[in-house]
Amino acid sequence: MAGVTLDTVRKIYAGNVEAVKGVSLGIEDGSFCVLVGPSGCGKSTLLRMIAGLETISGGDIKIGDRVVNQVEPADRDIAMVFQNYALYPHMSVYDNMAYGLKNRKTPKDEIDKRVKEAARILAIEPFLERKPRALSGGQRQRVAMGRAIVRKPQVFLFDEPLSNLDAKLRVQMRVEIKRLQKALGVTSVYVTHDQVEAMTLSDKLVVMSGGQIEQVGTPSEVYRRPETRFVATFIGSPPMNILPGKVEGPGRVSVGGQTISVTDMREGLSVGSAIEVGLRPEDVQAGGASGSSSISMDVDFVEELGATQLFHGKVAGTEFVVQASTGQIAADTRKLTLSIDPANVHLFDPQTTKRLGRD
Amino acid sequence: MEKRAHFSGWTLPLLLILPQMAITVIFFYLPASQAIWQSFLREDAFGLASEFVGFENYTALFEQPEYYRAMITTVIFSTLVAFFSMSIALLLATQADKNIRGGHGFKTLLIWPYAVAPAIAGVLWMFMFHPTLGTLGRPINAMGFNWNPMLDGTDAMILLVLSATWKHVSYNFLFFLAGLQAIPKSVIEAGAIDGAGPMRRFWTIVFPLLSPTTFFLLVVTIVYVFFETFGIIDAVTGGGPAGSTTTLVYKVYADGRSGGDLGLSAAQSVVLMVIVIALTAIQFRYVERKVQY
Amino acid sequence: MVENRPFTQFMAYLTLVIGVIIVAFPVYLAIMASTFDTATIINGNMPLTPGDQAGENYTRALFYGGKLAREPVSMMMMNSMIMALGIAFGKILISILSAYAVVYFKFPFRKTAFWVIFITLMLPVEVRIYPTYKIVADLGLLDTYTGLIMPLIASATGTLLFRQFFMTIPDELLEASKIDGAGAFRFFKDTLLPLSITTISALFVIQFIYGWNQYLWPLLITTKSSMQTIVIGIKKMITTTDALTEWQIAMTTAVLAMVPPVLVVIFMQRLFVKGLVETEK
Repeated sequence: MAGVTLDTVRKIYAGNVEAVKGVSLGIEDGSFCVLVGPSGCGKSTLLRMIAGLETISGGDIKIGDRVVNQVEPADRDIAMVFQNYALYPHMSVYDNMAYGLKNRKTPKDEIDKRVKEAARILAIEPFLERKPRALSGGQRQRVAMGRAIVRKPQVFLFDEPLSNLDAKLRVQMRVEIKRLQKALGVTSVYVTHDQVEAMTLSDKLVVMSGGQIEQVGTPSEVYRRPETRFVATFIGSPPMNILPGKVEGPGRVSVGGQTISVTDMREGLSVGSAIEVGLRPEDVQAGGASGSSSISMDVDFVEELGATQLFHGKVAGTEFVVQASTGQIAADTRKLTLSIDPANVHLFDPQTTKRLGRD
Repeated sequence: MEKRAHFSGWTLPLLLILPQMAITVIFFYLPASQAIWQSFLREDAFGLASEFVGFENYTALFEQPEYYRAMITTVIFSTLVAFFSMSIALLLATQADKNIRGGHGFKTLLIWPYAVAPAIAGVLWMFMFHPTLGTLGRPINAMGFNWNPMLDGTDAMILLVLSATWKHVSYNFLFFLAGLQAIPKSVIEAGAIDGAGPMRRFWTIVFPLLSPTTFFLLVVTIVYVFFETFGIIDAVTGGGPAGSTTTLVYKVYADGRSGGDLGLSAAQSVVLMVIVIALTAIQFRYVERKVQY
Repeated sequence: MVENRPFTQFMAYLTLVIGVIIVAFPVYLAIMASTFDTATIINGNMPLTPGDQAGENYTRALFYGGKLAREPVSMMMMNSMIMALGIAFGKILISILSAYAVVYFKFPFRKTAFWVIFITLMLPVEVRIYPTYKIVADLGLLDTYTGLIMPLIASATGTLLFRQFFMTIPDELLEASKIDGAGAFRFFKDTLLPLSITTISALFVIQFIYGWNQYLWPLLITTKSSMQTIVIGIKKMITTTDALTEWQIAMTTAVLAMVPPVLVVIFMQRLFVKGLVETEK
């Protein structure tokens, strides 16, 4: 098995459209790396370049120690699971899984052994003789996974494999993919636009935007300490509130005339300069608490989510959302006082959108 | 429209496309360009030498009264066949589109004349309307009408229109039916709720929505009458009597067969080409979906 | 459907039944005519119920031919069959290959090649008939099956049909094949060809009918009566001097000429409709 290394990889399409702008990334052997970002951020292009389905305009891609820039997809020792599964509609489930092995002249009994084993792991043994169209979405998904597993590749590539499934099945398959990857220990690169999938599956989370990497880290690092405003608002649901504010002094900012203390704040910011203050809806508490700053919010309406409630309103004229356990705040409350733990305040530079935390 | 994924290399694709290219060049481009070239030449009486004469063949062609006659014949023939074959097909298609039992069986019973060769269709109708022995032709004469397509130009044209229409109704029926079935039922239901009766619904909702199909079929039918009815004409009237059913295409054939002027014949072919290209160009916006290169 | 009243239903049935009768009547007459002798037909009072000459007429037509066209109709049918199959298979073969090249490869002059093929959609063989005749004659292909077939397969319909179908095949299928180690040849054989079966069959049905029903081209390039197709043969059986026309044999031949293509349309109706709608769209 092998890791994957990307060194300033670029993709420039005809017409000088730069889809991937010099991405460098190390994916450790056996780890589960998720590329997440909005559509058009270059994540799929990057994955397809690793697969060899797109040419590389610049930089190097290594699988293990081998530079694979010019290697055909079939010779990269990778397997890929596609969004629409890309099963061969005219072949049985068995033949779908066996096709890649047959093309590689694997002995018949070895093919049989591997296909049966994969079918057992994925619980699709009863369907081996069926055609893909006779299967449900979830079963097709498993066949697509089976086709990847039988090859025993060095790297699994997943291109939004769950987005064609309904919500319930998606959760179930997500767990299965995670379990399978842990059991097989194969390096995996997984592309999704769904942040829940990204958070739950990854050992290593890569947030991309505009053809560049915004942040790389464990899911909790990315959630706890977003490096850019983009990451802050992309990861987390509902997204982080961003309020315009001003620097008041070391460890202090103000929003609409109300002062907020901050733990993680860069030193030497000039007093009075503009700053963006990020607060997660789940990190603010209703009611004053000692040792916290507090701000006031005008509530417009409440969304009921069952276990929690979302209070929509405005803080200092800016849209603001607060998430609270149901019953914590009376649903007819029109004015809220919110207490803020200084450790939960994120600051961003309005110009560069970078985090203004301690170095 | 383009595929995202391709194979690389270009010797293989060139080999793959070679057979079609070779056949197309030899049997299509070569003859077509020869026709164009020849239309600017005049051969001497023995076919030994030829000289470039510019548009003289074309001016000569347009000075022939027979050529105008053929043109008028073609226009009358096309108009009648287009009108009858399309209106009958539309009538049948709207009835078959009503949710009646056995609708599919009717479809089968109505489309098979497409498979009958034009020449055969002509022979069938000629037999039926034969003035002395035809099952329908004889009674017509017995009733006192002087019906004889072998001698009377109008009768001959009527017979041609009948057989050409008979053969082409199936094609138009099929496309009209498909067009009708593609109209969402909810639109018609909305019309009914808005208080439009069946006839009004047809003319104000269904017919306008069907107009792309109608237009497409109009062009296809005209092209059909221009070219494919050659077999009907040759089998039934041979262009006669006295040239009264000679269309533009039939004239090219007849002039060439009687060993007429090659340049003149070529000029006729070129005029036909221009007409077809114009018709195709009109139809082009309907083909666009298919051709986005 | 709104307002499906009994009266509307009745009118729909009535219209369709009348339509079917008009469509079927000429053919019914031909079938009847093929069961009588010349005298019964010539005197102009042919009954509308079958006569007893069917065996005689069909045997004579198939194995001996008529007085005017002396070749047996079975041989004409064989010629028509060879021409129709040759056109159908030839066109499928050259067009699936060229469509594969145009859709799945990037090569120099690809768009030019596509347009060169596409233009042929516009000009039916009828408008370039004599120059084509001359070329076929120069190549020594008069009175040959090759000469009958080749010029009629030089057209874009098949290529466009396959191209259109290939465009609907998801890109991922090629990508999965590439990852599974299939090259251009294997992808064609293992994936594209099996998926194209319906399209191939639909094109076959349409081209078979087109080929069987050809008239002008075989009329020009076949001079030997042994190369004659059945559609041409019928025309030779009918003359303007009624006395010579053996109507019962002509009608028998007409019935025989209709049988193969009509059977194809009736029994492969789904493919026929698909082929018709998709090649002409």
